[in-house]
Amino acid sequence: MSDDELIWRIAGGSGDGIDSTSQNFAKALMRSGLDVFTHRHYPSRIRGGHTYVEIRAAGHEVQSRGDGYNFLLSLGDSFARNPQEEAYYGNEEIKPLSENLDDLREGGIIVYDEGLISEEDVADLDLEERAEENDWHVFPMDLRGLAKEHGREVMRNTAGVGVTAALLDMELEHIEDLMSDAMSGDVLESNLEILHESYETTKEEYDFEHDLRAPEGSHETEQALLSGSNAIAYGAIDGGCRFISGYPMTPWTDVFTILTQNFPDIGGVSEQVEDEIAAAALAVGASHAGVKAMSGSSGGGFALMSEPLGLAEMTETPLVLVESMRAGPSTGMPTKPEQGDLEFVLYTSQGDSSRVVFAPGNIEEAYEQTRLAFDIAWEYQIPTIIIYDQKLSGENTNVDVEFFDREPEPGLGSTLTEEELKEAAHDNSGKFKRFNYEDAENGVAPRSLPGQKGGRYLATGNEHSPVGHISEDPDNRVFQMDRRIGKLDAIREELDEERPSNQTYFGDETAEYGIITWGSSQGAVQEAVQRLNESGHSVKGLSVSDMMPFAEAEVTDFLESVDEAMVVEMNATAQFRGLIQKELGRFGDKMTSLLKYNGNPFEPAEVVEGYEVNLADEDRQPTAQVRIEPAAGD
Amino acid sequence: MSAFNAIGEEREIDRDEFTPSVEPQPTWCPGCGDFGVLKSLKQALPEVGKTPEEVLTVTGIGCSGKLNSYLDTYGFHTIHGRSLPVARAAKLANPELEVIAAGGDGDGYGIGGNHWIHTARENHDITYIVFNNEIFGLTKGQTSPTSPKGHKSKTQPSGSAKTPLRPLSMSLNAGASYIARTAAVNPNQAKEIIAEAIEHDGFAHVDFLTQCPTWNKDARQYVPYIDVQESDDYDFDVTDRREAAEMMYETEDVLNEGTVLTGRYYVDEDRPSYLEEKRAVGELPDEPVAERYFDEDAEWERSYDLLDRHT
Repeated sequence: MSDDELIWRIAGGSGDGIDSTSQNFAKALMRSGLDVFTHRHYPSRIRGGHTYVEIRAAGHEVQSRGDGYNFLLSLGDSFARNPQEEAYYGNEEIKPLSENLDDLREGGIIVYDEGLISEEDVADLDLEERAEENDWHVFPMDLRGLAKEHGREVMRNTAGVGVTAALLDMELEHIEDLMSDAMSGDVLESNLEILHESYETTKEEYDFEHDLRAPEGSHETEQALLSGSNAIAYGAIDGGCRFISGYPMTPWTDVFTILTQNFPDIGGVSEQVEDEIAAAALAVGASHAGVKAMSGSSGGGFALMSEPLGLAEMTETPLVLVESMRAGPSTGMPTKPEQGDLEFVLYTSQGDSSRVVFAPGNIEEAYEQTRLAFDIAWEYQIPTIIIYDQKLSGENTNVDVEFFDREPEPGLGSTLTEEELKEAAHDNSGKFKRFNYEDAENGVAPRSLPGQKGGRYLATGNEHSPVGHISEDPDNRVFQMDRRIGKLDAIREELDEERPSNQTYFGDETAEYGIITWGSSQGAVQEAVQRLNESGHSVKGLSVSDMMPFAEAEVTDFLESVDEAMVVEMNATAQFRGLIQKELGRFGDKMTSLLKYNGNPFEPAEVVEGYEVNLADEDRQPTAQVRIEPAAGD
Repeated sequence: MSAFNAIGEEREIDRDEFTPSVEPQPTWCPGCGDFGVLKSLKQALPEVGKTPEEVLTVTGIGCSGKLNSYLDTYGFHTIHGRSLPVARAAKLANPELEVIAAGGDGDGYGIGGNHWIHTARENHDITYIVFNNEIFGLTKGQTSPTSPKGHKSKTQPSGSAKTPLRPLSMSLNAGASYIARTAAVNPNQAKEIIAEAIEHDGFAHVDFLTQCPTWNKDARQYVPYIDVQESDDYDFDVTDRREAAEMMYETEDVLNEGTVLTGRYYVDEDRPSYLEEKRAVGELPDEPVAERYFDEDAEWERSYDLLDRHT
């Protein structure tokens, strides 16, 4: 655990402005030259209930939320209604203080709002005693009073930021700039007053005996603070997507909203519709008529998309779907991440169905692979799915602005122009052989669009002849099936030979111990591998994105090169490890699993501990919150 | 230059153009009412000046779903109940296409009921023809949402305990701006109504009564029908919502007693279509989005230009 980093946790009730305040503060830290990584923890409700956002900031690269935290700004839950300990959501006023203490590091700082959190409640926590044990520095401040005096009670967030800046010895400049961008008039003035007042008061009232100060850093190029949802939405825009249809569901809604808000300016169409079956069916309809279209949902909504997904595959309508996983089964934990929908996304829909599935592991990959998803879907006329989760959806990290400086790719792939259609194969009736299997390349038969001259055909979800008529002819069936399924092999070949790898490697290349992960667990694993190597172990890591067609060659090479591997994923049934075994048909005796499914993402230290337990070869489990699953035959 | 030259082409159009010149031959049973829908579409499309290539027919599942197999336009044969969402989006992607959706009473009023209500509510500019034979045909004769109460079938052996759905009233309440009922046994009226529905700007719902000689021999579609506009017994203004509602209600009552009334029930030319509404609030570009992909001069915005808000 490095000491040169700040992990600032702002805690309160939902609706207390935790999110917007943290966004601004994260940006201010980024502007001051630091790398930042945010983590959001919130309940499935609008007002009240314990919620927090953590911002990890350091002068070096940060890939995960880190372990624990070292600064707590506890605002209290101003919407708390139920004082019972065992209440449904457990929403007492003091929870934003009491719920957080176990993870606070030694030497950490606590600022709490004594305007909202009463002295007796604090006394019940034995805060003084615990502070002494852990060398915590506690600063009770009347943030509510301060805010009320100069503005309105809700502005106590600003007071909290002012106190934070004072205690960390930060300049206020970036915070002021961001406030000026976001507000104006009286509201801005009150907030600025509160910011300065809280800053000065803190400086005057307290001697700073703590060691924690804002880290220092600098960026060589301009940085942008983005979430995974932003990255997916922007990847779609640059991939030429101009149609989105959806039904709101956490956490997919962010992508839907971002595109919807941008489309009027860039000539796209967004539709909020009656259900997810309609949402995916609309995307199919728009794509069929010639627009690059996408839809998406989270697990429960994606379940409804199963039939339009199959329709897109059978009619060879290009389509991109995104699936942001949350903890299941059923509605599960709506605001908590899990990697439990992998098998569902790979195999949903009837028949020998096939689709392309990418699982990006961070913001840059989310952008890249969404672009790639559009490219592949339109080139190969196949549904392509981006599977990610609540964690990647909501976490914000800084990205080099120049990363995004590239040209869009709006092309419609293997779609013919009217000129090209004249030369294309037609049958005796004059109908276009849209599903021609005779000279299809890579399984792809080029398509026409409704309204084009000379391109008339029927698209149907039934098995069909080259012009699209329903057909149960056995020979045609086999030709068409082989052609459609054959696309996956062609795509695998293209991904292996013509594209940069979607897989991410890290650690010591020569190591004989490997850690494999996928999706948003990548950051924690990457950091764990780094730490292990720094502390004298020899470990390497692989984060896999190509789920279907599976990154067979790369994963095989990796597993062959190690004696033992631990597969890290956020689910209870080791779905990804199962996929590896299914796809490769071996390595069952080499792989153990480190699983976490309590609603919180991995922290790097948990992965480190998992490795240690595994290596020690002892019959024990690391902690209550993660689980080791032994290798086959063990 | 348009990438879709078949759209808006002006020429004499022969109805034979809409008949596939080689297989497939319809698989409908002899005497099936579905032939009537096919025929009236083939007659109406040239009449309203549509070429086969500018028409997209989107169908669901069932006997009705095979309509576009036997009608030579661009076609999309979708899945049970989902013709409307597919059709809606095709129209939004390329508003210049003539989009016609079709399905049966099980497909459209049953499994696709949710889509039907919302498509009507939003008044999408598409034509929706429902082959209503009061039975599930292709799955061999089960009770459908429009089967009369007491109807006996393999899935309702003691006679259906369910009150039949009222398609016309439902559509009116949901917001459709053109609602008519016609029947396969009256080809002249059917052709006229289909033509009007195609020309209507907004959601045009045609409840098309089609007899099922195999599974629903008792259906009342065989009895003589009365045109509600032409009968002196039924005097109402088709543009008046209340009067239309009353007429529909009355009609739907007597339909189950053996009297078949057909004709136009509601025509609202003033209600803007969804395309217009969406354009008015700035959510739909003036030019078809589909055209843009073929325009070499089109400017494609980059996410890079959106990054200011994140820095």
